[in-house]
Amino acid sequence: MRNVGIILRRELASYFATPLAYVFILIFLVLANAFTFYIGGFYERGQADLQPFFAFHPWLYLFLIPAISMKLWAEERKSGSIELLMTQPVKLWEAVLGKYFAAWIFVALALALTFPIWITVNYLGKPDNGTIFAAYLGSLLLAGGFLAVGSCMSALTRNQVVAFILGVAVCFAFLLAGYPIVVNAFQSWAPQALVGAIASLSFLSHFESIAKGVLEARDLLYFAMLIGFFLFTTAVALDLRKAD
Amino acid sequence: MIKTEHLSKRYETVTAVQDVTFEVRPGEVLGFLGPNGAGKTTTMRMLAGFVTPTAGKASICGHDVEAEPLAAKERIGYLPEGAPSYGEMRVRRFLEFIADLRRLEGSRRRARLNYVTERLQLASVLEQSIETLSKGFRRRVGLAQALIHDPPVLILDEPTDGLDPNQKFEVRTLINEMARDKIIVISTHILEEVDAVCSRAIIIARGRIVADDTPLKLAARSRYYNAVSLQLERPEQLAAARTALAALPSVADVEVSERDVRITALPRSGAAILTAVSELASSKGLALKELHLESGRLDEVFRSITA
Repeated sequence: MRNVGIILRRELASYFATPLAYVFILIFLVLANAFTFYIGGFYERGQADLQPFFAFHPWLYLFLIPAISMKLWAEERKSGSIELLMTQPVKLWEAVLGKYFAAWIFVALALALTFPIWITVNYLGKPDNGTIFAAYLGSLLLAGGFLAVGSCMSALTRNQVVAFILGVAVCFAFLLAGYPIVVNAFQSWAPQALVGAIASLSFLSHFESIAKGVLEARDLLYFAMLIGFFLFTTAVALDLRKAD
Repeated sequence: MIKTEHLSKRYETVTAVQDVTFEVRPGEVLGFLGPNGAGKTTTMRMLAGFVTPTAGKASICGHDVEAEPLAAKERIGYLPEGAPSYGEMRVRRFLEFIADLRRLEGSRRRARLNYVTERLQLASVLEQSIETLSKGFRRRVGLAQALIHDPPVLILDEPTDGLDPNQKFEVRTLINEMARDKIIVISTHILEEVDAVCSRAIIIARGRIVADDTPLKLAARSRYYNAVSLQLERPEQLAAARTALAALPSVADVEVSERDVRITALPRSGAAILTAVSELASSKGLALKELHLESGRLDEVFRSITA
C-alpha cells in the first residue's frame, strides 16, 4: 500500500508541474458555471437548488475526463518511463491504483473549487444541503467511473490522441447505455435480458438517482464495480502489452 | 549470482532471444555485445523483469524473476535503454522518488542521495527539470537512479551512450570500482569499453549467444593475434620488406598500408613470429619507426562472428 501513496504523490505533483492542471481547472470552472447560468437557467428557475449545475456534469466530464486520463499510461509507454517504473520493486496493481487515485484526487480538487456556487445558492435561498452533498458525491463517483474507463483506454495504446478518442467513445456509450441511441443497436437481435443488462449499465441513470439525493447501495455498488472492473482491465492490458 | 537457463523470447513474427544460457558471479563484469537488434536489450529486460520470457528461466541471487519478481527487482539496479525518466520532474525529486520506492530511510537515504549526486556529478542540476538536461546528464541521472539503493546486481543498458570522453572515463572508473563486490552486466556497442571494464564478454547475434569468453581470449581469435606490425621510415623500402616478410615460413599473410607506411605480418595459427620479423628487419637494413606485437583486434572478431 505504501507504494500506492508514493506513486500517487509523484503523479499529483506532475499535474502541477505542467500547465495541464491549471488549464483543466480553469476550463472546468468556466464551463461548469457557463452551463449552469446560461443553459441551465440557474436564476430563471427561481429554485434554490443546484440541479442545473449538476445536470451538465456528465457532458462536461465526457470530454474533460478523457483529457486527463489519456496520459495516464500512454505517456508512460511513449516516453519509456513505464520500463523504469515496472522495474522498481512495485506491484502492477500498486502502480495502477496510485496513478488512478492521483487523477481522481485531482478531479476532486477541481470539483471542490466549484464551492462558490454552493455559497451562492445558500445566500440566495435555503437549499437542501443534504441533496447537494449527495449530488457532489454522485458527480465524484461519475468522474471516477469515467477515469477508470479512460485509464483502461490509455493502457491500450501509446498514442494519447487515440486514448482520448477511445475514452470519449466508450464513456459516451456507458453514459447513454439506457437510452435509445445505445439500446436500439441491441434490441433487434439481442435477448431481452441482455438489453436490460446493458440498459442498467448507464452512467446517467445511476448518476441521476444519486444527484436527486437518493443514496442507494445499488448505485454505489454499481460505480464501485465499474471502477474495479476497468482498473482490473487496465492492469491486464498493461501486463500483456507493457513492453510493446 | 545471475543465472539464465534456455531463456527465450518470441514475438508474433520474430524470435528476439533464443536459448540464452549463462551465469554471472560476483566480481564479474559481463559485457553484452552484439549488433543492433541482436537481442541484448530484450535479454536485459527479461533479467530486470520488464519482459516476460516465453521459455526458459532467469534468476537473480536465487530469486526467479517470474516467481518472485519483487525479491529479484529489489536486488537489481537497472538502467533501461535510453535512460527514460519523468521529464517534468526535478532531478532531486526524481531521485527522492526512486529512494522512496527503494525503501531508503533516514540517514542512509541522505547518505545514498549524497553519494550518487557526488559520484555522478549531479549537484549543479539538482533543481533542474530532467527534460531540460543534456543527453549526458540524463544518462547520469539514470545511472544515479540505478545505483541509489546500492544493489548487489547492476544491469546497465548502454551506460556510456551520449557521454563525452571525460564522462565515459568517469563512468568506467565507477563501474570498475563497483566491480569488486557486485555483479555487473552492461551492454555496449563500443568495443573499447569491453577492454576498459569487462572481465567477460558475451557476443550475441540474431538472438543467440555466439561467443562467451574473456575479452583477451576473444581478441586472441583474431587473425591479428600475435601479428607484428612495422612502421618504416622510408616508403621506398615497403615493397622489399613486403616480399621478404611474405617469404618467412611462419607468416601467413602480409598487409600493407601505404598511407602510414605500415606493414603487418600475420602469423600462421599458433606461430610466434616476433623474433623472426625483427631479425629480418635488421638483416635487410629496414629503417624502423616502430615495431609492435598486436594482441588481436576485438572489432575484427566481432565482425567475423556477427556478420
